[in-house]
Amino acid sequence: MSAAAQDTPVPVPVPVPDDAIEVEGLSKSFGERVVVRDLSMRVRRGQIYGFLGPNGSGKTTTIRMLCGLLTPDAGRGTCLGLDILTQARAIRRHVGYMTQKFSLYADLSVRENLEFVARIYGVPDPVGAARAAVERLGLTGRDRQLAGSLSGGWKQRLALGACILPSPQLLLLDEPTAGVDPKARREFWAQIHELAAEGLTVLVSTHYMDEAERCHEIAYIAYGELLAQGTVEDVIARSGLVTWSVTGADPAALARELAALPGVEMVAPFGTSVHVGGHDAAALEAAIAPYRQRPGLDWRADAPTLEDVFIDLMTRSKDNFAKDGAGKDGRR
Amino acid sequence: MSGGGPLGSLRRIGAMMRKEFLQLLRDRVSFATMIMIPLLQLVLFGYAINTTPRHLPTAVLAHENTSLTRAILASLENTKYFAVTHHPRTEAEAERLMRSGDVLFVVEIPAGFERAVRRGENPSMLVAADATDPVASGSALAALRTLVDTAMTRERFIVEGGPRGSGLEDQPPAFEIITHARYNPAAVTQLNIVPGLLGTILTMTMLIFTALSVTREIERGTMETLLAMPIRPVEVMLGKIAPYVMVGAAQATLIVVAGIVLFDVPVVGSLGLLAALTGLFIVANLSIGYTFSTLAQNQLQAVQMTFMYFLPNILLSGFMFPFAGMPQWAQWISETLPLTHYLRMVRGILLKGATADDLVYDMAALTAIMLVAMLIAVSRFRQTLD
Ligand SMILES: Nc1ncnc2c1ncn2[C@@H]1O[C@H](COP(=O)(O)OP(=O)(O)OP(=O)(O)O)[C@@H](O)[C@H]1O
Ligand SMILES: [Mg+2]
Repeated sequence: MSAAAQDTPVPVPVPVPDDAIEVEGLSKSFGERVVVRDLSMRVRRGQIYGFLGPNGSGKTTTIRMLCGLLTPDAGRGTCLGLDILTQARAIRRHVGYMTQKFSLYADLSVRENLEFVARIYGVPDPVGAARAAVERLGLTGRDRQLAGSLSGGWKQRLALGACILPSPQLLLLDEPTAGVDPKARREFWAQIHELAAEGLTVLVSTHYMDEAERCHEIAYIAYGELLAQGTVEDVIARSGLVTWSVTGADPAALARELAALPGVEMVAPFGTSVHVGGHDAAALEAAIAPYRQRPGLDWRADAPTLEDVFIDLMTRSKDNFAKDGAGKDGRR
Repeated sequence: MSGGGPLGSLRRIGAMMRKEFLQLLRDRVSFATMIMIPLLQLVLFGYAINTTPRHLPTAVLAHENTSLTRAILASLENTKYFAVTHHPRTEAEAERLMRSGDVLFVVEIPAGFERAVRRGENPSMLVAADATDPVASGSALAALRTLVDTAMTRERFIVEGGPRGSGLEDQPPAFEIITHARYNPAAVTQLNIVPGLLGTILTMTMLIFTALSVTREIERGTMETLLAMPIRPVEVMLGKIAPYVMVGAAQATLIVVAGIVLFDVPVVGSLGLLAALTGLFIVANLSIGYTFSTLAQNQLQAVQMTFMYFLPNILLSGFMFPFAGMPQWAQWISETLPLTHYLRMVRGILLKGATADDLVYDMAALTAIMLVAMLIAVSRFRQTLD
């Protein structure tokens, strides 16, 4: 940043390279426990990048390292072309971070919260900007309500509104739609896509598969390790999973039986049907062959879903983890 | 634009201040506490002082009954502080009366007292006081000083060696009163209370409220958002401290005005100087409170730390016990406490008319303490969540 740009209250676009996020070998441990291990990723500018992984896999920790809230133990990287280790302050000006837990001021009103954010970021006309944000959020008439008294879904919307108020170039959203109703979620995603179309880059962590499918690219992290990365189709294709679905009476009992078979690596009941999968197509077919003859069961070969892939990734990484002896802290 | 410039910095401090003020106004309980603590203390102390106890039960153990002893007893009662209620016969009996709390004073006139006075032998009369409650006994003891004179005038005593007021003033008085404050050797005087209250109330409220203000952000999770914003630690600190400077100023004004109105505290020195030094003291306390808040994990710990710090302040600053009577090591500790210096300065200004020149040492010490606390606070403020 040039010295002349320092005092300008209006955000001056930083010349951003193609990659909004580009990190290599990021690691972070808390005490003995490695929470993020040798993580590398790239997010292209204007992309919506989904960040998935089981609870405690290190998503929040990674996001915090990206915006300079945590110092990585090892690794390097840039955010918007700025070094995450040395230019954290400059990064903060251009990054909107929405925390997993609501962390605006519960004892300030909606408008006061937004005005505070606007003033800290030096948005011109903070009062006007806050009023505009209130309208955009659909909170007109409730702008004097204390933020703490909003419902969970509205809190999330307010938090997102506060994030985009200072017109950042990169949004880091940590589970922004947890506990939000389907309609609001859809609106939320429509808004994210609009912002991305305007050139904003969005990294969003989520546990919802349908949201993952709305991302341009996704990354799957488990136990601190990045296990898969790419478009949804790529990730599914690269998984090498073969799946069948079977419909019949008593799917729970069926699932138990199938799970015990060699060659069956994954069994998941879905309503009246059961999803069965494995990596070795021949072994899987051999295993289920006797069951295909059984009356009342309707077998169909189908493509694995993203969820199948993730659960498979998670199971296998847990096995590896246990084998390495690295899973001594005994996480799920 | 991330705001290296002073303008950006001021703007962020302003935003922070505004936010703190809104939160302060919204937190009715805290706000009420800030006003109520000084008011309550003042009313309580004011009540205690306005009813300076009179007619305190007194036992007189007279080993002779002469016109002089009668004159002394009459002057004792004349002061309105003493009411002779008991006439014990033995020292043991007098001792028991005092221990049981039946009397607050025992006046002992030795045998052959009058004769000794006439001979100019300068004999002693012993007054033992139950000083467990120094406010109760203090003013009565102070009144004793005039007793010799009144008793002598009353008796129109001709003391050998020339009458008093005849240019022979360096001659010892006719007799001596040895007062013996029992159970509490250092009696607190009333004039000490206003400077003391001013100092302790400011210390308490300033510390608690700043200590809480940062830990509250950590506890409620808002610190994560704050840290992710482009604001510097020193800007956060200044923005958080500033509203409380005003609160402190309001409290100080309240106490000083009430002190003048309620206790007739003389304001010998300059009120402007007092205001300036009070400002310095407030900022010093706020910086210390801020340092605590960067050490504490939660609001409870912050409150505990404040109390731990408050205790030596009360005990060692000279508010409760005279500074001069403390051992060397305790004096060194108290020199590091802002309250010690502030009390000296307030007493100096209010009661003795001290000027800035007289207070250079304490001003310098207070400034140094403040700067050290600020430095620690800013350097301790974590810019990350590690
Ligand atoms: N400050 C900290 N001190 C110690 N351990 C921590 C800290 N922050 C996170 N952890 C641990 O690091 C691991 C990863 O946590 P993180 O919050 O990054 O997971 P996550 O992927 O965001 O999980 P979730 O989906 O539940 O939000 C967890 O096991 C957590 O207990
Ligand atoms: Mg998380």
